[in-house]
Amino acid sequence: MPKITYITHDGQEHAVDAAVGVSVMSAALDNGVPGIDADCGGECSCATCHVMVAEDWWAKTGGPNDAEEAMLDLNPERESTSRLSCQMEVTDELDGLIVRVPEFQF
Amino acid sequence: MSEAISWTDNLQQMPLGDIEPAHPEIFQRHGWQDVFARLRAEAPVHYCADSEVGPYWSVSCFQDIKYVDTHPEIFSSEGSIVLADPEEDFPLPMFIAMDPPKHDVQRKTVSPVVAPMNLKKLEGTIRERVCRILDGLPVGERFNWVDKVSIELTGMMLATLFDFPQEDRRKLTRWSDVATADENSGIVESEEQRRAELLECLTYFNELWQQRIGRTDGSDLISMLANGESTKDMSPEEYLGNLVLLIVGGNDTTRNSISGGVLALNTYPEEYDKLRANPGLIPQMVPEIIRWQTPLAYMRRTALMDTELRGQTIRKGDKVAMWYVSGNRDESVFEDGDRLIIDRPNARQHLSFGYGIHRCMGNRLGEMQLRVLWEEIMKRFRHVEVVGEPERVRSPFVKGYADLPVVVHPN
Repeated sequence: MPKITYITHDGQEHAVDAAVGVSVMSAALDNGVPGIDADCGGECSCATCHVMVAEDWWAKTGGPNDAEEAMLDLNPERESTSRLSCQMEVTDELDGLIVRVPEFQF
Repeated sequence: MSEAISWTDNLQQMPLGDIEPAHPEIFQRHGWQDVFARLRAEAPVHYCADSEVGPYWSVSCFQDIKYVDTHPEIFSSEGSIVLADPEEDFPLPMFIAMDPPKHDVQRKTVSPVVAPMNLKKLEGTIRERVCRILDGLPVGERFNWVDKVSIELTGMMLATLFDFPQEDRRKLTRWSDVATADENSGIVESEEQRRAELLECLTYFNELWQQRIGRTDGSDLISMLANGESTKDMSPEEYLGNLVLLIVGGNDTTRNSISGGVLALNTYPEEYDKLRANPGLIPQMVPEIIRWQTPLAYMRRTALMDTELRGQTIRKGDKVAMWYVSGNRDESVFEDGDRLIIDRPNARQHLSFGYGIHRCMGNRLGEMQLRVLWEEIMKRFRHVEVVGEPERVRSPFVKGYADLPVVVHPN
């Protein structure tokens, strides 16, 4: 299974084995990674599963889709590699992916 | 429908088409649970053909509400987010009642003030004010929790966000009440009085605006509006509209969740026991209080095209009410939904903040105020005891309390 590493704002690394096909958001929640709220349950309508993709991985993950962009655009704490993790599907290609989890979800 | 007839008493026999879900009496008399339980079961997309605010649809189930809220290209916010249409000669344009792209640019101008990084700096101020309010409460004596705690705290907070003179903060509370009032609310005598008071609000804020022009380092809401690229050339109507939005958004909602939490814990004393045994549950309890209370009962959308929902055809131009208050009681999502369960596992999924691009901007501020308040209450009082019937606000939109008589018992 692809390995995904979440780095929380305190610098803690949480490496999880994620099943292909689930979202990067679900993989975090199912493995007890803190810092992701995912209030809307994965429907791209609350923006509380915000993560920042490590620069090296940005080319592989690609940028946000249109619906995701509409939500991210309203977040004043957005960064250049911000994504909503509910909109990122785990694939074999993403084995080794590193994302940072912000201190707060908004 | 005549006021004298308590028509909700006959609810179960009443033909579906006669039900007016937005009748203010339902909320004042606290009959809304039965009304919406029936609609969820029998008419989840319900049409009311005639009412004081004209015909409108009511969407009452969780998933349908979320669907409407996340499809702004079908269900528009433009013009009004309440069922009553705006007064043509007294419009109050505000970004909550706009569609993209204008909504997005205006919202982005003011949202940094309530973003988590800024709030972190505010937590100390909030806690200090909470402590001052709680330490000043009369112990062992009956008083109105709404007035002494809920209004005080939210008023102080709002004054801080606007950098508004603290000594005048009750004006903010008054304008908040007036903005959502109508002639039957008991808050204003007439529409003329309402307008006069709102113009007074505008005059007051115009002075603040003038003072803040050029103050680009100001982190208060007025400085942001007065200097923001997308807002600095707003018309007076638009300025007033957005002020009303920020005042009502930051005031009624948190105020009524503060009162609602006390009422809910008294209604379900075993939950209060759970909280006493483990105050660490407060962060989990906060979203559950916001679900249980649902301080804004609905938001309105307007169909931009003919569309189907649950087999009903909604026509272009029709008004659609998304009843958050009902979706938050939808048993398919929230088991035993009428009950407060302070460690409810999925409480965060509640609809009270809405979903999609109009999702509540101040959600983190509201949650923080409630969290800090309950942390400090638990340090001081073993029981905030409700000692009489609450008096509810006569409005289908702002779901709240005018009076909640309590006695506080120290630890």
